[in-house]
Amino acid sequence: MAKEKKVKEKKVLEGLAKFNRVSMPVNILFSVIFIIAALCCVIPLIFVIIISFTDKTSIAAIGYSFVPQKWSFAAYEMLWDSKESILRAFGISIFATVVGTVLGLFLNASIGYVLSRRSFKFRKLYTWIVFIPMIFNGGMVSTYLVYTQLLGLRDNILVLILPLAVSSFNVIILRTFFTTTVPDSLIESGKIDGASQLRIFFQIVLPISLPALATIGLFLCFGYWNDWWNAFMYINDAKLYPLQYVLINIEKSMDFFTQNAAFIGYEAYELQQRLPQDGMRMALVVVIVLPIACAYPFFQKYFVSGLTIGAVKG
Amino acid sequence: MAKVKAARVKGKKFTFDDLELILLSLPTVIWYLIFSFLPLFGLLIAFKQWRVSGGFFETFFSSEWISFTNFEFLFATSTAMESLRNTILYNVLFVILGVVIPVTLAIMISNLYSQKLGKVCQTAMFLPHFMSWVVASYFLFAFLSGDKGLVNNMIEAMGGTAINWYGEEAVGWWPFIIVLMNIWKTTGYGMVVYLASITGIDATYYEAAVIDGATKWQQVTRITIPLLKQIMVIMAIMAVGKIFNTDIGLFQQVPKSTSQLYPVTQTLDVYIYNALRTMNNIGMSSAAAFFQSVAGCITILIANLIVSKIDEESAFF
Repeated sequence: MAKEKKVKEKKVLEGLAKFNRVSMPVNILFSVIFIIAALCCVIPLIFVIIISFTDKTSIAAIGYSFVPQKWSFAAYEMLWDSKESILRAFGISIFATVVGTVLGLFLNASIGYVLSRRSFKFRKLYTWIVFIPMIFNGGMVSTYLVYTQLLGLRDNILVLILPLAVSSFNVIILRTFFTTTVPDSLIESGKIDGASQLRIFFQIVLPISLPALATIGLFLCFGYWNDWWNAFMYINDAKLYPLQYVLINIEKSMDFFTQNAAFIGYEAYELQQRLPQDGMRMALVVVIVLPIACAYPFFQKYFVSGLTIGAVKG
Repeated sequence: MAKVKAARVKGKKFTFDDLELILLSLPTVIWYLIFSFLPLFGLLIAFKQWRVSGGFFETFFSSEWISFTNFEFLFATSTAMESLRNTILYNVLFVILGVVIPVTLAIMISNLYSQKLGKVCQTAMFLPHFMSWVVASYFLFAFLSGDKGLVNNMIEAMGGTAINWYGEEAVGWWPFIIVLMNIWKTTGYGMVVYLASITGIDATYYEAAVIDGATKWQQVTRITIPLLKQIMVIMAIMAVGKIFNTDIGLFQQVPKSTSQLYPVTQTLDVYIYNALRTMNNIGMSSAAAFFQSVAGCITILIANLIVSKIDEESAFF
């Protein structure tokens, strides 16, 4: 009887939801708008992928097109021919991303945890330390001078890692997570069992905070992979170029590839003719973007949860 | 409970726990001191005649104080004023569009019949958020390239003359291109934030409204938007606080640093970058950066003050 009632109630509610909908024409209009908007966001990527597979002759004849006259892998072969520099840049990007993410996670989480402890004596001071940079920063020039003249970070791989490691935004997300989801009693019980604060942090708090750590880890990971600014400002040494900076520098890098390829056996002139420049540029874009484009739909929910916690006030 | 209260009393004893917590957070505190607070101290460079001699501190203390001379030069420069104007105009537009468009779209997407379609579209629209501006600049280049771009091909196919998009003749178009690119990149993120709030709204509000005979439009304007108000205000305050800052990727990488386009693409950040790296003019660029930091800080404090006067609940801090 009770079950029947429940089913009935549910039906009524569903009916209400059905009744309380936008009208069919409006729904169709909205759907069309969203399909167009979604296409606008995805088509540039598809277009670039198509260009990267377009043969040089087709580009010369009809320009960039969604339906090229002739397909080819030449751009990717060219990238592979210069694998020494590309793989190196790839390695630099991966290194900065992995090391930066791990380091950033530790730095953000540790201060986030300390801030979440109500009994901590210097909680107020720490809140200020984290909060002030959110509204007041040193700006480009003094940062540049401090990095280059004081810290010696020019042409140093650390400049691709350290400046992005901590962000007050991430610290606040983690602090909020620790205060709301790690109960005080758990930490108390750890202490009664004789664990030190360090041990509590590493062996109790971190393992039960994996969802929040995954979120921040992803923020950091994408941040490092997409960073071009620090390389742009502080890296002149071609050995330390990350992928994003190779892409900025590609006009100059083209000469580099030419030299590289000439070394492998093409004549310089022949090479000029053969070199699929446009395709190669776009192929490099694809190499940078495709890992992210394939990965992010699966991680989207972590981003969403991070953004929602992050919306909590400072 | 009593224990928590006792812990909050001022002048509490320094315990071993505190020591451990300090140790744990020491690396991050050092990071903050070096990477956030040292540059803050460095803002004073704007009042110096910067002459490099030895290390940073040596230079700092040996350089002469020249009070506001750097600023006088800065404010007498027409390109600097032009970049300030561009910065503010673009940002005002971004603040407004950055709230209106994502809120509208989030409300629309939550009303689609097909949840699946909504999910797919939302995922697709989130994609640009994960692209760097460098990558985005190549996306745009595929369409706007002078001789091979799709747009020029289409113009020529329809019998028009091709436009050199990265040249002087396209100056009138670039404000639209910049705004469009910004919408393209940021809308998905905003939608996610607002949609999360919308799905958090208690369904019984709407049920009660339907029973009282409210139309869908009334539900949106009387229930959804008022409940989104707080998050909208917080997002807007944060955006207003950055009114003197622009994303240098959007204004420098996307137009491929074309100097003919500077009248409409040069913002404060681009100006500072050029003054620092191209002209190597520390005085001018540090004055501009000082202005940017201080003005930004004051703006966010004022914005927050105004909001807290009107509605305490919605204030950011």
